[in-house]
Amino acid sequence: MSQLQDSLVELIRRTSAEIPDDVHKVILASLENEKQGSLAANALKIVDQNIALAKNKSQPICQDTGSILFYVDVPVGYDQITFAETAREAVKLATRKGYLRQNSVDSLTGKNDGTNCGPGAPAFHFHQHRSAEVSVKLVLKGGGCENVGAQYSLPDDALHANRDLDGCRKAILDAVLQAQGKGCGPGVLGICIGGDRATGYELSKTQLLRKLDDRNPEPKLDALEQDILKTANELGIGPMGFGGKTTLLGVKICVANRVPASYFVSISYMCWAYRRQGVTLDLASNIEKWLY
Amino acid sequence: MIKLSFPFTEEKIRALKVGDEVLISGTVFTGRDAVHKYLHEGGTLPDGVSFKDGIIYHCGPVMMKQDDGSYKCTAAGPTTSIREEPYQWQVIRDFGLRGVIGKGGMGPKTQAACKEYGCVYLHGIGGAAQVLAECIKKVNNVYFLEKFGSPEAIWELAVVDFPAVVTIDSHGRSLHEEVFAQSQAALAARI
Repeated sequence: MSQLQDSLVELIRRTSAEIPDDVHKVILASLENEKQGSLAANALKIVDQNIALAKNKSQPICQDTGSILFYVDVPVGYDQITFAETAREAVKLATRKGYLRQNSVDSLTGKNDGTNCGPGAPAFHFHQHRSAEVSVKLVLKGGGCENVGAQYSLPDDALHANRDLDGCRKAILDAVLQAQGKGCGPGVLGICIGGDRATGYELSKTQLLRKLDDRNPEPKLDALEQDILKTANELGIGPMGFGGKTTLLGVKICVANRVPASYFVSISYMCWAYRRQGVTLDLASNIEKWLY
Repeated sequence: MIKLSFPFTEEKIRALKVGDEVLISGTVFTGRDAVHKYLHEGGTLPDGVSFKDGIIYHCGPVMMKQDDGSYKCTAAGPTTSIREEPYQWQVIRDFGLRGVIGKGGMGPKTQAACKEYGCVYLHGIGGAAQVLAECIKKVNNVYFLEKFGSPEAIWELAVVDFPAVVTIDSHGRSLHEEVFAQSQAALAARI
């Protein structure tokens, strides 16, 4: 087994079994904020117990180990083909070890060959940069939260949502309302305003790579993020949709240029079981640093 | 906390109300998308599986085969139930189910079937795969493993003190319907 494969299996293990600190902190603060003895507080207590148990047992936080999304930043000239081949082997091995569920189904035949590898699975997003560093970020995104993602095309007459930030706000809050507890809330929204249908969704997912405690450098987007978070938490949907004060843990928004005819708002919902981790690798492909 | 043990008789189920927190003990069977579609299309349950006075669990667990051929469950939280909304009412009616464990709630067809036939929807904590796997003391059997693959198979599980919340009862109430209406009104006041 190569060192790269070894490092990637460890990245998968830790991503599947351990919640990043920035997310855990917000979950604990939410638990404090809910009324003791309520369904919401009791649900968050089980969530917190689950986080500890998964870490201690090195087993998946959630049985739906999700779509496997690699975001890889590489120097010019890096061999991406070998990386992808090695990562696929790492995924197969991590599945045999039980870090990942047998979670990938042939959409034509319905067969699950138990490897988690097939057309489009796992997914790779490579980016070249002018730095010698290789960084690998991994997101495991479960199907329950993926299914409540939504894409709006503005204007939306039913929502009275026009092509402006107020229209975006209406669309995003409608997505929160429609999601209720079905995406394993409290959740985090990654949002892209603009782009085409495909890049809009893709960029919405890259927002999930941001830490929950960061702030958007663009003041208008920062204000919208804070406003959506506050408003969503006033709706009373609560953890699991049981009612309560915590509907969202965070909101992250980016923009992309659009063509004049299109105005998409693309929303990816991430469940509380927010599996996101990353590493930088040294020249020998050893893990140098954990990113979250 | 209300202890709810097998057999899950109509009397026990009818006594439950929306908002009750329960601890479930006894045999439960997993069944999700493939199983519901199969039953809806006229499929029959394999020998050894009975839903009579039973509970179905919307779950695709992580199962590890042991050296002796048995299975150990290493992760087992609920999956989103609303996908079974087209089929669940029929499975409740035809197979005598008394309880459905899942997450995210279900719609009016299931709500009506719960009232008519005496069944409840039991909301597990979505994502809490480790806490819930600890409640599974034994994997008794597996059916349709080859046919549907591991996450979609029918797993027969012996559970002890499995925590859930009654969110649809047999008296016509649904917490999901109520929270949706309240949150919709709260949103209308904020846009």
